[in-house]
Parts: sequence; C-alpha cells; structure tokens
Amino acid sequence: MICEGGLHRLDREPRGSITVVSTIAVTSSTLTDPTIEQQNESEESLDLSWQVVVHNDPVNLMTYVTMVFQRVFGYPREKAERHMLEVHQQGRSILWSGVRERAELYVQQLHGYLLLATMEKVN
Amino acid sequence: MEICRRKDGLEISELDPFLAELLRQIPASSSIENSPAAKRRIFSAPAGDEHKEICAEWKLYVLPELERLFRSATETVAADLEQLSGNEKTFANRSLLIPTKHADAWLNALNQARLTIAARNDFSDGELAITIDRRSDQGAI
Repeated sequence: MICEGGLHRLDREPRGSITVVSTIAVTSSTLTDPTIEQQNESEESLDLSWQVVVHNDPVNLMTYVTMVFQRVFGYPREKAERHMLEVHQQGRSILWSGVRERAELYVQQLHGYLLLATMEKVN
Repeated sequence: MEICRRKDGLEISELDPFLAELLRQIPASSSIENSPAAKRRIFSAPAGDEHKEICAEWKLYVLPELERLFRSATETVAADLEQLSGNEKTFANRSLLIPTKHADAWLNALNQARLTIAARNDFSDGELAITIDRRSDQGAI
C-alpha cells in the first residue's frame, strides 16, 4: 500500500527545470576550473502531465469505491469519500496526477478492482 | 441464516436454500462469454481513443494479467462454494466458511458478477436506482 505521504512527495517532484551537473574537467597535470554544464529539462520532457480519472458507474457500491480509493492510493477515509462523492455527483474525479508510468500502474490497479478508470493527458 | 466472524474467516450458517443457490451461481454469473457488452465493461479501455499506443500496449501486457486475476478470483470462490455442493434439501443447517485470505477474491468475483449481470441485461440507471432506494446505505456511485 502506498501511504499518502509518498504520494504527496511524488506530486511535489520538481516541475519546470532541473539542473544536472554533468561534467567536471580534470587534467592529469593541472587542476583547471571545473566546467559545469547545465541541462534544463522542461516539464513536458519529464512527462509529469498525466492524470488518473475515475468515471461514474451505476453498479459499483459507494462503500466499495471508497475502500478501493483507500487501498490503491492510500488515502484516508475522508479523502476517499470526497473523491467517491465527486464521481457520484459530477460523473468523474481526478484521483491523482503525475508521471505516465505511475498513472498506468494506478489505472491497472483500479481496473483490477473493476472500476471505470482512465488516464488522460493534461492539456 | 447466521453470519459469524471466526478467527480464520467468515462463517455463514443455517443457509436458506434460495440464498445457497444464489451463491452457487456467482461463478456462472460472472462469465462474459457471448456478451460483448459485459466484456466491454469488465475489460474497459484504459484511455481515450486518441491514445492508441497506450491502448495497444494495454491489450498486449495488462489485459492478460487482468484476465488471470479475474479468473483466479472466480476459481477461488468456486472452490469455496464446493462446501455447498449436493442436494438442495440438504442446504438447511449447512455452513459456508469463507477464509479471510479469500476475502479479496470474493469481493472481486461478486463485483464481476454484479457488473456482468447489469451489462448483459442492459439495466437502466432507473432500474439500478430502485436497488439503491431499497438499500439506502449501500447506494452505487
């Protein structure tokens, strides 16, 4: 099970740019000033722009859906119920957003519990 | 009928013959054979049509896993239900023990059966809402 803290840490992964120290030039005879190359990666290249959406389903029971949200995302009961009610009242709820691979994993888990879940690219 | 929590599971005793037969129907009810609607519901798409690559990979790698998971759950439940095999008249006073470690399989198989029955019979939201009214504490989303 994934704890909520873990999810928040993932949500807070650096967005925008990151700095990579890639080269420090050292010669055998003299020590020269290190050359530091900076590489900026955009949010797009980090692929953080996916969201996991659960859609309304007239068959799955409210209590069951709440339990699944708690199990899959590690959400406390109150938060899981809020998402469940959002699905019920608005037809869908965004449960999580972040990198594609993680989104795929969550969607797979939700399908394992037979919920209607999809991953969507954030515009 | 009595439901008791035991150390190693849940025991349903003094089963009503009708309920016993309903339980025995769970594995058959979850079958999606000859029902494209049920198959679409049980194995729904992971993304919209615009994400063809994701859907193709899903079909190749994830779908077989899900099929295995669902089949395994149904087989576990069917094995537990062997406790109820026999003459219908003998159901009275018969007990069904559901081991705690089988709880997830039961949840999964029951949900497969509910979803399959709803999809196969094309129940409308209104028809399903009748169920909600009768069981207000267990409404569907």
